[in-house]
Amino acid sequence: MSLNIVVLAKQVPDTRNVGKDAMKADGTINRAALPAIFNPDDLNALEQALRLKEQNPGSTVGILTMGPPRAGEIIRQGLYRGADTGWLLTDRLFAGADTLATSYALATAIKKIGKVDMVIGGRQAIDGDTAQVGPQVAQKLGLNQVTYAEEILSVKDGVATIRRHIDGGVETVEAPLPVVVTVNGSAAPCRPCNAKLVMKYKRATCPMERTEGDPYSYLYDERPYLTLNQWSVADVDGDANQCGLAGSPTKVKAIKNIVFQAKESKRLTAADAEVEELVKELLAEKIIG
Amino acid sequence: MNNVFVYIEIERTEVKEVSQELLTKGRKLANTLGVELHAVVAGAGIKGKVEEQILPYGVDKLFVFDAPELFPYTSAPHTDILVNLFKEEKPQICLMGATVIGRDLGPRVSSSLTSGLTADCTELEIGDYTDAKDGKTYTNLLYQIRPAFGGNIVATIVNPDHRPQMATVRSGVMQKAEYTGDARHEVVYPEVSKYVSPEAYVVKVLEHRVEAAKHNLKGASIVVSGGYGVGSKEGFDQLYKLAKVLHGEVGGSRAAVDAGWIDNDRQIGQTGITVHPKVYIACGISGQIQHLAGMQDSGIIISINSDPEAPINKIADYVIVGTVEEVVPKLIKYYKQNTK
Repeated sequence: MSLNIVVLAKQVPDTRNVGKDAMKADGTINRAALPAIFNPDDLNALEQALRLKEQNPGSTVGILTMGPPRAGEIIRQGLYRGADTGWLLTDRLFAGADTLATSYALATAIKKIGKVDMVIGGRQAIDGDTAQVGPQVAQKLGLNQVTYAEEILSVKDGVATIRRHIDGGVETVEAPLPVVVTVNGSAAPCRPCNAKLVMKYKRATCPMERTEGDPYSYLYDERPYLTLNQWSVADVDGDANQCGLAGSPTKVKAIKNIVFQAKESKRLTAADAEVEELVKELLAEKIIG
Repeated sequence: MNNVFVYIEIERTEVKEVSQELLTKGRKLANTLGVELHAVVAGAGIKGKVEEQILPYGVDKLFVFDAPELFPYTSAPHTDILVNLFKEEKPQICLMGATVIGRDLGPRVSSSLTSGLTADCTELEIGDYTDAKDGKTYTNLLYQIRPAFGGNIVATIVNPDHRPQMATVRSGVMQKAEYTGDARHEVVYPEVSKYVSPEAYVVKVLEHRVEAAKHNLKGASIVVSGGYGVGSKEGFDQLYKLAKVLHGEVGGSRAAVDAGWIDNDRQIGQTGITVHPKVYIACGISGQIQHLAGMQDSGIIISINSDPEAPINKIADYVIVGTVEEVVPKLIKYYKQNTK
């Protein structure tokens, strides 16, 4: 059977590579020093979706993302790897969303997309590490969910069979479609970009990404696939009170930079005598042994 | 009404330690607020088997949902139980483990009740909050304190207007202790079908396999931990050797896990395990805050790093400036020589 699959993907600052210039002198985060990347777990999710598309002829994969206009890059990255389409939710009213308001926006967009058999996302995003958005979307849509998936083994007769990790073990479950699946970062890595698809889609943009005087603007009329879907709150018939900061039950009371109490540490080199002296000291004080 | 609830996680009839840790914390919060501590557990064949693992932690009232379909855990039935129970009980706070189950269940419940949920809290406190915009003051809110942005900052999150205030906490972050004060210890066994609709049982678990933990990092008194500076998977072999002679366990930083040098169930840090060993030997770990959050309460910290300015050195008791490759074999050698 053919499947309509929506992949949830997020553009995130690369918090794994926080270098020395990531913090400004005043102790705040220097976002400019952190490159914006495709959230790693979401790439694993995309790979599962693309495999299902291959196994089930006639299936489609669409990338759904929310963010500022530059997050159109996430849709392009999906198209380069074999996705068929994408939707960028972008609107100032979406800004400042916590996980609940984010899931409201995504669920509303999925309703707008229409008939969807599977929604597949990464387990969590590296900028928040909450793992909440997938299940919250499922609940808002009234769908089943399977989280922590390692592999979608098959989809047959409207039932997905999925292997997942649980604490200290594994499970295999069967879930009837439609279903929301979140995929671990340890699942199969995503395939690389396909050179032909990069050629085809490299000028694909959302209207808000475009600037005046774009030398390639003549292409947009000739090739409709170069215009990516861009949706505002109104476009998805959303309730502004449930979006963004207004729709977020959690509020940030305070942010503080972490300052660890520096200790007076004993410094030594790797010289044999110094290492042996340390071992003797630790043994004498019964710290080890 | 207005009590503190803890969702109790089980494997068959065994209560998970993280739930007992949360009960201990929940009892303290309930005492601060002057309310009761309630617990809810759902499983199959658990009546008479789980109560004594739960009540000693200061539980005033325990709700036991027992039906054959409630184990292994699936999302929808457990969500129905909590959502419908919370509609009746209207708790002000709900705590659950930041485990696979807690992180599957918590978001569904919060989405259904439109309440705020904060994942992976490292501290929970009660305090007041004034909204900067409208100046409205709220008293006795739950401060949900967690590292954010890759662990580079600590955020205090509050849920002013929505109840329950929900939070998840990782295993090992709070300490469990049986409660010595008075608690009511009431136990009720509600009829499951009144809470769970038959359509909720649609996801079938074909296979459920749980193995005993391969390591005891959480309870280890000596932890040898490696980071990106270890350099390779083979480099970790030396760490295992050192851990073996010291009778310790081996852990790793997120960088080492991402590099594929060590299994992710051995990751120490905010998004991994929190350890409290007597001795923590950090080998080639720079000390990103997300890592420090999982080991800062160690007794003695020894840092082996070729970078004398590595951030972890600031909180170390001993700093050995040198490569892991060079220093770790020397530690093994001199330990053996001096313990003969």
